[in-house]
Amino acid sequence: MSRPQPLVVGAGPAGVRAAETLVRAGLRPLVVDEAPACGGQIYRRPLVKDERDARALYGSEAGKAQRLHGAFAALADRIDHWPRALVWNLRDGRADIAVAGESRAVAYDGLILATGASDRVLPVPGWTLPGVFTLGGAQVALKAQGCAIGQRVVFAGSGPLLYLVAWQYLKAGVKVAAVLDAAPFAAKRHLLRGLALAPDIVLRGMRFAAELRLNGVLLRHGICDLALEGEGRVAGVRWREGRRERHLFCDGVGYGLSLRSETQLADLAGCAFAFNQRDRAFLPQRDSSSRTSVRGVYIAGDGAGIAGADAAELAGERAALALLEDRGLPHAPERAADLERKLARIGRFRDVLEAAFPFPAQWAARVKDETVVCRCEEVSARALRNAVHDFSLDEINRLKAVSRIGMGRCQGRFCGAAAAELLAVETGRGVEAVGRLRSQPPVKPVPLTLMPREAAE
Amino acid sequence: MSLFHRIARSDHAPVRFLLDGVPCEGREGDTLLTAILTHVDKVRVSDFSGAPRAGFCQMGACQDCWVTLADGERVRACTTPLAAGMSVVTGAAA
Ligand code: FES
Repeated sequence: MSRPQPLVVGAGPAGVRAAETLVRAGLRPLVVDEAPACGGQIYRRPLVKDERDARALYGSEAGKAQRLHGAFAALADRIDHWPRALVWNLRDGRADIAVAGESRAVAYDGLILATGASDRVLPVPGWTLPGVFTLGGAQVALKAQGCAIGQRVVFAGSGPLLYLVAWQYLKAGVKVAAVLDAAPFAAKRHLLRGLALAPDIVLRGMRFAAELRLNGVLLRHGICDLALEGEGRVAGVRWREGRRERHLFCDGVGYGLSLRSETQLADLAGCAFAFNQRDRAFLPQRDSSSRTSVRGVYIAGDGAGIAGADAAELAGERAALALLEDRGLPHAPERAADLERKLARIGRFRDVLEAAFPFPAQWAARVKDETVVCRCEEVSARALRNAVHDFSLDEINRLKAVSRIGMGRCQGRFCGAAAAELLAVETGRGVEAVGRLRSQPPVKPVPLTLMPREAAE
Repeated sequence: MSLFHRIARSDHAPVRFLLDGVPCEGREGDTLLTAILTHVDKVRVSDFSGAPRAGFCQMGACQDCWVTLADGERVRACTTPLAAGMSVVTGAAA
């Protein structure tokens, strides 16, 4: 009997390059992605074509976006592609996939996880108000839907995406009231080191900031105690700079603090995790070849640790070469070594970015008791602090059991980092000491009718 | 008052749907979230405090944009394409 086909989860930059590499070696992978078309979040496409060209949608990355879309289109009859499909569980070498109104159990031989990332956030007062979106969400509205999230928009948080999205809104003709960066201005000096590693990226970021400033956008650094205000919808933002409190009116807010990897499936696949200092998160362990601790399971792209779209393309190809090698097929060792060298260089640049946009670690000590930390179950910082002390908790899954944090419909994607930071501060330890939230199937809500009886119970 | 403001695709074919019983028009290529938020400023109320919600991540990760259809079905607005004849209820927990 022939071996089952390899499964690639995700059709962003990593998944597309992985699939392409497998096809080149004569394999026919199954590629599963939640979106209707390939591209991932970064090269996401509008549901229907509109009047904007690739340059308007993807800016300086238009060429990369078009090449990736083209590469995937060229694979069409040599892969199986299930769009609008969710891998909701992995068990015993099978994937449970919700697709076209049913759940299919699919056996695979070789699994490449390219599940991407979403915004990392730390809760602030008012973050659940209508009109407040993640930076990525604000970008999706603009690029994929041709809509602005407001007519007078503030962007807050930190990371390269903060400046990119603000600039994209400016270019689209939207009034950008302010860009509020939690990173201190002094941290930006690290970008000078980045000039040697990735001059184009650093210079582009500097151009974004300069153009924003030239167009009258208020740029502030080192802001803290961000609070979003409004009755029924966001109407203003308040923040502190040193001892000075400031306020601005606005009707839309994009907020985010860099990105966080989507790791649930790696967890369900049984991969070992380790704490990663740069991402300040537990990530699936992998070696430079993209192999995880589980035989036949490979991981690439931002879902393996935040490194950006260029790295994702390289890592996707590298993961596929590892899969080919493990199946005893020709696997281009020289190309693999070259990919690893390039990835290592990008890794050094990510170190620079992390230094330039440091995680605001003081958040957990400063967050006010009444701030809602979990937007699904509406658990406040006070409830978490009380739970920690009343039950002498020191491990995140026990805090989850007691407080319901991370138990809601997003499964901790948007509160998990915050809960771990709070627990660490309350127990006087580093965030790496409090453990990580365990993942459970289904990794996202799936209609109960689709779930086999034993999984639904 | 709407949360979203169109800056592209305004001339695409209209798609008619019902928003809290009121006939509305979206555009071909809209997600349900876009169609709703170009008219009003929430898609549901939260399960516990009843506070208004309008989604957050727009990429199917936060699950904040679930919305109730008139027939009782619940869908995730940011990943559901708008279809003609949909009838949406925004005042409900979803
Ligand atoms: S807005 Fe986050 S899932 Fe729809």
